[in-house]
Amino acid sequence: MEYFVQQLINGLTLGAIYGLIAIGYTMVYGIIGMINFAHGDIYMIGAFLSIICFLILGAIGVTFIPLALMIVLIISVVLTAAYGWTVERVAYRPLRGSFRLAPLISAIGMSIFLQNYVQLAQGARNKPLQPIISGGMTVMEGNGFAVYLSYLQIVIVIITIVLMAGFTLLITRTSLGRAQRACEQDQRMAALLGVNVDRTISLTFVAGAALAAVAGLMVTLYYGVVDFFIGFLAGIKAFTAAVLGGIGSLPGAMLGGVLIGLIEAFWSAYFSVEYKDLAAYAVLVLVLIFRPSGLLGRPEIEKV
Amino acid sequence: MSDAIATAPVPSGAPPLLMVEHLTMRFGGLLAVDDLSFSAADAEITSIIGPNGAGKTTVFNCLTGFYKPTIGRLALTAPHGRFLLEQMEGFRIPQKARVARTFQNIRLFPAMSVLENLIVAQHNKLMRASAFTLAGLVGLPRYGRAERQAIELARYWLDKTELTVQADAPAGSLPYGSQRRLEIARAMCNEPVLLCLDEPAAGLNARESAELNALLLSIKREQQIAILLIEHDMGVVMGISDHIVVLDYGRKISDGTPEEIRSDPAVIKAYLGEEEEAELPPEVAQDLEVRT
Amino acid sequence: MVADAPVATKRFDLLPVFKEAVLAALLTLALTIGLIGFRTLDVGGSLSFTTRFGDVAMACAVVLLGRLGLALTRSGRPEPTLVGSLAAALGLAFLLLTADPESAAGGWLPFDSAIVNWILVFIALGLAVQAGLVLRSQQPAVLASRTQRDALMDRVGAQVQQVALWLGPALLLAAVAMPMMPFADRRLIDIGTLVLTYIMLGWGLNIVVGLAGLLDLGYVAFFAVGAYSYALLAQYYDASFWVCLPFAGLMAASFGLLLGFPVLRLRGDYLAIVTLGFGEIIRIVLLNWWWFTGGPNGIGSIPRPSFFGLPFERARSEADVTFHSVFGLDFSSGHRVMFLYYLILALALITNFFTLRIRKLPIGRAWEALREDETASRALGINPTNTKLTAFAIGAMFGGFGGSFFAARQGFVSPESFTFIESAVILAIVVLGGMGSQVGVVLAAVLLIGVPEFFRELEAFRMLAFGAGMVAIMIWRPRGLLAHREPTVRLHRRRGMWGPP
Repeated sequence: MEYFVQQLINGLTLGAIYGLIAIGYTMVYGIIGMINFAHGDIYMIGAFLSIICFLILGAIGVTFIPLALMIVLIISVVLTAAYGWTVERVAYRPLRGSFRLAPLISAIGMSIFLQNYVQLAQGARNKPLQPIISGGMTVMEGNGFAVYLSYLQIVIVIITIVLMAGFTLLITRTSLGRAQRACEQDQRMAALLGVNVDRTISLTFVAGAALAAVAGLMVTLYYGVVDFFIGFLAGIKAFTAAVLGGIGSLPGAMLGGVLIGLIEAFWSAYFSVEYKDLAAYAVLVLVLIFRPSGLLGRPEIEKV
Repeated sequence: MSDAIATAPVPSGAPPLLMVEHLTMRFGGLLAVDDLSFSAADAEITSIIGPNGAGKTTVFNCLTGFYKPTIGRLALTAPHGRFLLEQMEGFRIPQKARVARTFQNIRLFPAMSVLENLIVAQHNKLMRASAFTLAGLVGLPRYGRAERQAIELARYWLDKTELTVQADAPAGSLPYGSQRRLEIARAMCNEPVLLCLDEPAAGLNARESAELNALLLSIKREQQIAILLIEHDMGVVMGISDHIVVLDYGRKISDGTPEEIRSDPAVIKAYLGEEEEAELPPEVAQDLEVRT
Repeated sequence: MVADAPVATKRFDLLPVFKEAVLAALLTLALTIGLIGFRTLDVGGSLSFTTRFGDVAMACAVVLLGRLGLALTRSGRPEPTLVGSLAAALGLAFLLLTADPESAAGGWLPFDSAIVNWILVFIALGLAVQAGLVLRSQQPAVLASRTQRDALMDRVGAQVQQVALWLGPALLLAAVAMPMMPFADRRLIDIGTLVLTYIMLGWGLNIVVGLAGLLDLGYVAFFAVGAYSYALLAQYYDASFWVCLPFAGLMAASFGLLLGFPVLRLRGDYLAIVTLGFGEIIRIVLLNWWWFTGGPNGIGSIPRPSFFGLPFERARSEADVTFHSVFGLDFSSGHRVMFLYYLILALALITNFFTLRIRKLPIGRAWEALREDETASRALGINPTNTKLTAFAIGAMFGGFGGSFFAARQGFVSPESFTFIESAVILAIVVLGGMGSQVGVVLAAVLLIGVPEFFRELEAFRMLAFGAGMVAIMIWRPRGLLAHREPTVRLHRRRGMWGPP
């Protein structure tokens, strides 16, 4: 029981991170119907930028943790968002109206490019970081097993909930959200009604990248180690989460993220750690084959 | 499996080629086609007309296996067998029952040449001739013969549709009117017993429209096949149809010869609304249809 | 309106041009300050960093000037761009060619890395060429419009197709003759073998991606199945390469059928992701099923292929029947290297001839028809699932052949060789060469695999170039550089572009 609760906590934390990345996939898919394969690498860049920020802050002597956290959050979000914007502008915008698989191939190219750019700029080795937020509490004890809830896990879950709430407001209440939903339905009509489609799509990428940057920051804190390749696997898992939840649906992305996090945690705890990535891939394949519209998505009707 | 359906003997009373009975198609809450029954005979042109959204294309999609009808029987009785189309998988309908169709928004293979489009239409015949690729790979002469025959059939239809000159150009590079004709030629290369044309005159000018009429009449005359036509262009419909079915909101409101349809008050009501009494001249009907 | 046009003097506002350039430079600053400006260093277990602000400033300056030049060209003032970029390119090239990077003159170079500097030279040259073209045609941005560019590249593609009629045999001849040339040392033959392996895999994948239009991101899985089939059969049953080769192909093809069956009805992008998933699943299983596959350690000491039964070994006694003793040659380890080269050349040629042949058969045309329009294909009686499955399985089969060759050549297989990156590399070769173009695959493989092998310094930049190249091709010419489709059957004899005018 205690072991189970511990896995539940770990899975939820992981799921929060996957969910944040998944939102980027789901929003982009919703608005331009493409799989932004490079999104995982945007998240990796977010993680790198936060680790660099922490180092700089450490060097100039900012030691008050909440302040440091705020600064790192802002800087890495802004700089990662710049990457999100650029990727869209350079690799996807010229491809609107091209053949169906062109954006996906371009995205794969972008993903390879970003990975190798970071590898060249920062080296191929793991980047370890000293724990920034340490400590925690024992919430439950029994059978010789103590359920440990770290403060970091609390921070991660709280930030995720706050961001999700803010984001839902953004989509449902603001004119940007309205423009975005309009573009999802019909880009040409939206343009005719005065919505700046290019700008709306750009902002979607910026928002997705910003959330990915937050996820990157969290992962930096949670695992304390980053390398240039983390984006691939995290990207696949987050995409799986987005598909599982129903691609195009924001609550679906979050739900999917949490489910993937839980599946991974329980799978590693009860089956085998070696095959833990297999779980995500198996879910991905099974969902796409048997229910491509996901849990909260709507099925597509074929038009002739 | 679908071959089993074909074993039922053709009844002596010679039923019409296509019998549609109680066809109903429901999408969620929307009733697109509601209890529709009609028939189409060999060597006749049967038109399905009706305002936009009347469910005409849905009927086609049911006939050609893109949709599974909610209720209804679609029976095709041809010399080569009897088929229940509603039970067949989409690609088997052209393959076994030999029903070919064209699309409202032209669907060619744009990067392939005009001739290749017509050869692809003879896929199943050629697959057999190439012994499912094996004979073709080793270069047996029987495949070569079959391919030459296929090219001859293609050439026949290219000549008929006046596309011979452009035979080796990519299909996507043809002008709009030629693409429409090519789609009909491609369907004919499929050697159908029933040809379903979804708005073949859409976007054509008056001259091209007249040429289309002549082409369809000659197909009917020479091939003796049944043609099912969805069309808004009343000039085409009234000029060449042997038999017209009028749909409105998924229901059949009239069924008969062009003369009968022209004077049917239910049709006039559907097209012009309640208060109009006058007979519907073809030009008005044409104008009323705003094409998208 | 008409009266205005001739007298309309080019009113020209510098301000927006500058604004655009400055914005681009600021964006560059945002992109580079974090990842280029600071370099994390791992010192004794803890992380520290150094700064490289010079590079950041230089990058911003380059972007500022480049963007300025581009904007000037686009707004119809190509002269300063032409002069400036030409001067920059020539100056930089001169410095690069003459100056030793260690010496004082090396300090004038903008970046430390010679490759980055050379890229800069080419970018400047590109700007100059564009400006020159605009200047000559007297109209702004001559190649800016997509249709113009496509028309130009179509002509180039068609010409290459013409050239390919003799280029193909010429390349083949060169490939056959290469190992016998006096300059062919072992390294060159090894690189040739590697390039040919990728050419074969590219041709195999081309069936799936280029002809059938199915984006397969897990192609390397079939390569792995082929490699492990041979490795395991050799390990457990002592089977020889020649027995295993067909079996490996069969095995890979069955995997293709097995994996393809549930997924081939999915839409293009989902299909791509599912194939990626399958590829990774196979890799993870190979990695963790250690008692069968050796796990991460892989399988070693795989027997090398023999010359149809004659091993490439030194004959220890008169009774030993080996390759060199039968043919009366002196023993040389080069024989095997050469044999492997010819083996993969033969395998690649089989793949090529098969593809060329099957394109002209109904199944090949059906693949292309499905790629073009699945709905229309179905309406013509083509069974989409079966037709796609054959493409998938045949592509997988060639992957399997390639894999068993790979295992035989390396003498060792481990899951590390079969990562997603490998799939991406093969895909990049197909995409860059032009989906469906056989010559394109050759050129792309030589360019992307062969050239970096020769210039080791390029190695680090290779994947970077792959990524950038894939993006650029999709933007510039999505059907691939040399994509020009010849019909598989003609009604008229070839005259001019198509048919009589």
